[in-house]
Amino acid sequence: MKQDRKLSSLEQEIEANLKRVYEDVAKQEVPDRFTQLLEQLRQADKPSTESSND
Amino acid sequence: MTDPKDEIVEHLSAMRAFAMSLTRNSALADDMVQDALVKAWTKIDSYKPGTNMRAWLFTILRNTYYSHHRKARREVADVDGEMAASLAQKPDHDGRLQMRDFNRAFDQLNDEQREALVLVGAGGFSYEEAAETCGVAVGTIKSRVNRARKQLVEILQMSDDEVMEATDIVTTGIVTNQKNVA
Repeated sequence: MKQDRKLSSLEQEIEANLKRVYEDVAKQEVPDRFTQLLEQLRQADKPSTESSND
Repeated sequence: MTDPKDEIVEHLSAMRAFAMSLTRNSALADDMVQDALVKAWTKIDSYKPGTNMRAWLFTILRNTYYSHHRKARREVADVDGEMAASLAQKPDHDGRLQMRDFNRAFDQLNDEQREALVLVGAGGFSYEEAAETCGVAVGTIKSRVNRARKQLVEILQMSDDEVMEATDIVTTGIVTNQKNVA
């Protein structure tokens, strides 16, 4: 019975840690490189006449 | 009509989290997200508006992983893991050590089990969505998730016993040292 209690708390810990592993990253601020990449891809989609030199 | 490309940005955090759970290495995970973003952008026509964009992006992400990054994962040193392991930590049962044990156990799962478990157990995917993302039957996802959970329990039960012993030894050591100092 002590073993059962230990097992169910272990299972709860697993579920909590699993979410924590994922959410620790999901809650981080997204590095600029990704928003910049999306911006670059968008710029590349535009007709070349609209692109600016910089 | 809205451009589905505009929606991609909303899934960046989730993509990084999923990539991290596959690669278990932050540098590799971010490279993978970058590759997947370019791929998603160029083949946006294969996305059906109104369907689950996150699942679509995760499919691209995992394909990127299995075709390019899985090999790299085996080759690079597990920097994050080593760093976490090398940090001197006081064993306590509700803090980071427990997390470290979990991470170690989680690393021992195979890729297919880990991704199924993460999608369903952390990503909020239904079994059906996870099955579609991984391109397998719903029953396959269910059994992968069940096996993954069972395996984690087994590994952690073993390491839990070791931690208990280690805690006793460390505690005794600290107490002895303090006595000596005093």
